[in-house]
Amino acid sequence: MGRYLIRRLIQAIPVLLGATFLIYFLTFALGGDPVQALAGEKKADPLVAAMLREKYHLDDPFLVQYWNYLTGVLQGNLGETLNGRQVLDLITEAFPYTVNLAIVAFAIEALVGVTAGIMAALRRGKFLDQLVLLSTLLVISIPVFVTGFVLQLLLGVELKELGFDFFPVSFNESDGFKAYLLPGFILASTSLAYVTRLTRTSLMETMRADYVRTAVAKGLPRRRVVVNHALRNALIPIVTFLGADLGSLMGGAVITENIFNINGIGGLIAQAIRLDQGTVLVGVVTLLVLVYLLANLIVDLLYAVLDPRIRYA
Amino acid sequence: MTSIDKTTNVPAPRAASEGTPLLEVRDLHVEFHTRDGVAKAVNGVSYSVDAGETLAVLGESGSGKSVTAQAIMGILDMPPGKIPSGEILFQGQDLLKLPADEYRKIRGSKIAMIFQDALSSLNPVHTVGAQLGEMFRVHRGMSKKDSLAKAVELMDRVKIPAAKARVGDYPHQFSGGMRQRIMIAMAMALEPDLIIADEPTTALDVTVQAQVMDLLAELQREMNMGLILITHDLGVVADVADKIAVMYGGRIVETAPVHEIYKRPAHPYTRGLLDSIPRLDLKGQELYAIKGLPPNLLNIPSGCAFNPRCPKAQDVCRTDVPVLHRVTEQDGTELPGRGSACHFWKEQIHG
Repeated sequence: MGRYLIRRLIQAIPVLLGATFLIYFLTFALGGDPVQALAGEKKADPLVAAMLREKYHLDDPFLVQYWNYLTGVLQGNLGETLNGRQVLDLITEAFPYTVNLAIVAFAIEALVGVTAGIMAALRRGKFLDQLVLLSTLLVISIPVFVTGFVLQLLLGVELKELGFDFFPVSFNESDGFKAYLLPGFILASTSLAYVTRLTRTSLMETMRADYVRTAVAKGLPRRRVVVNHALRNALIPIVTFLGADLGSLMGGAVITENIFNINGIGGLIAQAIRLDQGTVLVGVVTLLVLVYLLANLIVDLLYAVLDPRIRYA
Repeated sequence: MTSIDKTTNVPAPRAASEGTPLLEVRDLHVEFHTRDGVAKAVNGVSYSVDAGETLAVLGESGSGKSVTAQAIMGILDMPPGKIPSGEILFQGQDLLKLPADEYRKIRGSKIAMIFQDALSSLNPVHTVGAQLGEMFRVHRGMSKKDSLAKAVELMDRVKIPAAKARVGDYPHQFSGGMRQRIMIAMAMALEPDLIIADEPTTALDVTVQAQVMDLLAELQREMNMGLILITHDLGVVADVADKIAVMYGGRIVETAPVHEIYKRPAHPYTRGLLDSIPRLDLKGQELYAIKGLPPNLLNIPSGCAFNPRCPKAQDVCRTDVPVLHRVTEQDGTELPGRGSACHFWKEQIHG
């Protein structure tokens, strides 16, 4: 197990390098002018522009720029933006919001999704099952920005007017956990629907397995049959999905963060693209790649816990 | 134990007149409601088993032998399965009328089942110790530690080597024969009165088959349990069974004490089954096979279900369903325990 872990971590290095190279290349190939973007509508002052180009080596060939960036990263310097802010600072400022949001979303997705899936699977074809199928289909087919704005209006504005102030319309750090509830739910909504459907199908399939029949024949109470024998086996594909989704919850919050005015990673990415800030983009995306890699590693290790037939050497 | 002393050790069948039998199935019907129509899997099966007795239920795939067993265990999928009529009397009590929770308590503790494929029938994510111990924890309320000790005891009893060391292993770490022993141990755990073994040796290779059957017979003798052995292996049956019920198309077509059926079958289907066993003294000749296919349960042929495949079918076989006739000698003396659902049983047995 220890060896396996070390091998996986070593394997992550070329993946990270490849990711930085690819993203660096793509932002370079976009061909935007960060200096002009910084100046906005009006024409950038040629003197200032020349000075900035000189300072940030913007006129160097691509490979030289990439090499400079990479050596910087290895010394713990993620570079700085044209207006002189350290990329590392930007990320450490934004990251906690995104992590909190992702954790809330993940918890909602896992708890509600798995529970609803189990209930639907055990009442196959009944009203509750139909309800779950219909509502998940609805959530999957409506884009997040629609559900986001609608729920913001209904729960944030209308409900508040009725006197229930549970869901702040706009993000405010002083609200604490409450502030993350509605955004977290919206961020989780699509995945939540997938988790529900996945749990339902997976559990329905394992309920037909021979070992579940054995468990019934042993005279076990139904609850024990479902939880100890069927669910334990049904969880494996669900864990895979949840693990991969943890990564996309972190990176995919652009829309949700925008709707609720949360200054997280998603907002940072959007801003970096708008302002042609290649260094910010590379830094953030590399971080997200790292999160994906870690999430995948955890999932692979969880497999061995859930299924004793899987062993890593 | 060798296969020679095994046949001599077969317990003498108990007389059925010792009061109520351990299990009595009366006119059981089971159907499955599918999209294509109603599949009549079991159509009026009756049989009984006494304590210490072994009943072998014989028949090809789809003859209803496993479905009958699942109905007794109460593990039929309902729906689509349905039991429109019949009684399953266990120690005089009709299981079909029992509340779900009381039925559940009988499962595993009074009636247990051994399944065919031990690998898929054991849960891959739990240790065998946990799966064996679960019987004691759920039915006897034992602690985890005590139940594990019991599991080791059970594994010793079914002759699994190094039981103590292997109690924490998972099913996939055992060989096929050992896994089937674990299945047997699980069924024996609470010393039930009746065991239903659904083709317990089909998935095993021949040498292991004999060992597993020996073990089953031995434990059955020790605990004086009733055993319903579902199989399509006539060789296995001859060694361990006391009496035989042959099923075809969801009905019992012949019943007989074990050795008589080999000598004088009273139903053309049984005859066909016996003729299709390869024999060394007929080496080089073409092996007999019953022509045609098993009946479609959605549309069972009228009259005798076997008539389209029967070499001796007459007009009456296509119109009238034969009842299970009592089979007698030519001079009218009764042959106890024998019955044949053939209009021409006399010609078959005496002809």
